[in-house]
Amino acid sequence: MSELTLTVMRLGFLAVLWLFVIVAVQVIRSDLFGTRVTQRGSRRTASADARPQQAGRQQQAAAPPQQRQRRGAPTKLVVSEGTLTGTTVALQGQTVTLGRAHDSTIVLDDDYASSRHARIYPDRDGQWIVEDLGSTNGTYLDRTRLTTPTPIPLGAPIRIGKTVIELRK
Amino acid sequence: MSVVTNTTTIGAIEAPSRRNTELAMLAFAVIIPVFAYANVGLAKDGSLPAGMLGYGLGLSLLAGVAHLMVRKFAPYADPLMLPLATLLNGLGLVLIWRLDLEPTITTDALGGAMAPKQMIWSALGVALFLGVLLFLKDHRVLQRYTYISMVVALVLLILPMFFPAKFGARIWITIPGVGSLQPAEFAKIIIAIFFAGYLMVKRDALALASRRFMGMYLPRGRDLGPILAIWALSLMILIFETDLGTSLLFFGLFVIMLYVATERTSWVVFGLTLSAAGAVGVASFASHVQSRVENWLNPLALQDGGVTETAQAVYAFGSGGLFGSGLGQGYSRLIGGIAPKSDYILATVGEEMGLTGLMAIILLYGLLIERGVRTALAARDPFGKLLAIGLSGAFALQVFVVAGGVTGVIPLTGMTMPFLAQGGSSVIANWALIAILLRISDTARRPAPAPAPTSDAEMTQVVRP
Repeated sequence: MSELTLTVMRLGFLAVLWLFVIVAVQVIRSDLFGTRVTQRGSRRTASADARPQQAGRQQQAAAPPQQRQRRGAPTKLVVSEGTLTGTTVALQGQTVTLGRAHDSTIVLDDDYASSRHARIYPDRDGQWIVEDLGSTNGTYLDRTRLTTPTPIPLGAPIRIGKTVIELRK
Repeated sequence: MSVVTNTTTIGAIEAPSRRNTELAMLAFAVIIPVFAYANVGLAKDGSLPAGMLGYGLGLSLLAGVAHLMVRKFAPYADPLMLPLATLLNGLGLVLIWRLDLEPTITTDALGGAMAPKQMIWSALGVALFLGVLLFLKDHRVLQRYTYISMVVALVLLILPMFFPAKFGARIWITIPGVGSLQPAEFAKIIIAIFFAGYLMVKRDALALASRRFMGMYLPRGRDLGPILAIWALSLMILIFETDLGTSLLFFGLFVIMLYVATERTSWVVFGLTLSAAGAVGVASFASHVQSRVENWLNPLALQDGGVTETAQAVYAFGSGGLFGSGLGQGYSRLIGGIAPKSDYILATVGEEMGLTGLMAIILLYGLLIERGVRTALAARDPFGKLLAIGLSGAFALQVFVVAGGVTGVIPLTGMTMPFLAQGGSSVIANWALIAILLRISDTARRPAPAPAPTSDAEMTQVVRP
């Protein structure tokens, strides 16, 4: 067997062994952060970028820097009145549901709230929208009762029963 | 209410079982040893070895059966443990087979070729792995056997005292017609079960009932009982069985689990002080331990007309360099005896795969241990947590004790590198250990059952204007 073949095999074996280690680490990584989410269309990156743990990955996905994090986009949802006063929820691009149901993101302990009262979600441009889910007592943005999904201005109070929430930077 | 179905809750990401990932990794883990066989054969005879197909098929058969059983009986188990164990076992088989090709260390007096036997032991190990997965439906069952496992572990540890010493250590029991077993390998799993069950019950007493003294929490006298008993036991192993490794393993395992259960640093300080005192004390009069320490301190001292085995192992590492001499092209046969196949198998790795390969192998062990610790973090019940940390801690200690001994960090002890080194008990026991870890990780990673539909029954009050 020629010297060259053996050298190639020797280095090739080491490369394959390390490849196994690297693939194993990749499996662990995907175990930690979940399966990689591929973005459909570049515009959604703005909202998805708010996820801090994904920030590095998003950069990898060649998102142009000026598209990252729109200026003035809200990053958290704060409960400012009601039994949950002081609770904050980081806005990470997912839908936030509000209601008395136990599987809501924010479970309201409020007799005037319906079990599935309202939800707050980002639209395609990363603008956050509040939508009433057919609640008994209605959802109020400032003082108007919502009838259609409505964009939320920064800092505007959303009233659900005795609870008031708002979006902040 | 048709809108409701659109809502999603944060955190309700469906847990994938990752079994296909495991299958892909397993295929990879079987291909690497087959590549290694081809490499050894080409380097030694210039042709593909005849045994390659047999070993490759055998290994893939074992891996395949194990994978199917995991798919059936532990569908949410960790996807990496089985491939990592398979790869290490496969590489171990290749290395032993490769050393079998050296006629000087494969004489009949030394037990002949070891690779076929090791293959059978591996098959038995996988069989035990399957047995554990099949019959241990829930790891919490083991909790019932806390004190029985203590007795069994003690018996297993004491048994070798009644059998003659081999290679300077009494760690084997010989069963006529079957061969010899190293009961300590099994005892380490069983004693981890005992520690987990015992500490789960006693951890509050050990953690909270303590006096603060000079910034450290000193345990009460009566709580010291167990740790002193284990310390005395490990010293007795050291004195009567002259087995440094096992005694280090048991005491280290106890300190690790005690620390994890109580979160008190004082236990670690206390344990390290005790073990250091014990080791120094025993080393001052036990001749076997003394010679090991002597070899460690002065590896280049001349012995029977040559340097010590420790020095030979270090020469092997040195001659391997960064990238190694290539599989089948090293000279680790010069270490002599069956040591290169068992205790010093890492020296072969270091010589033929170089520092790069040795680091990869150690990383494989590291990843396996990481998955064990990860399982402990994810487990929901305290017994499972403690058992998982105990088993991975025992595994980690064993790897450290062997690798440290071969590379000259600590005195050499008579333990085997899990999966890699020749030795039936070790392979079988470690497969069982992986099976228990897989069982715990299956329970831990299984998605929680959907909450019962409840209690939105109260009517929403209507605001009256």
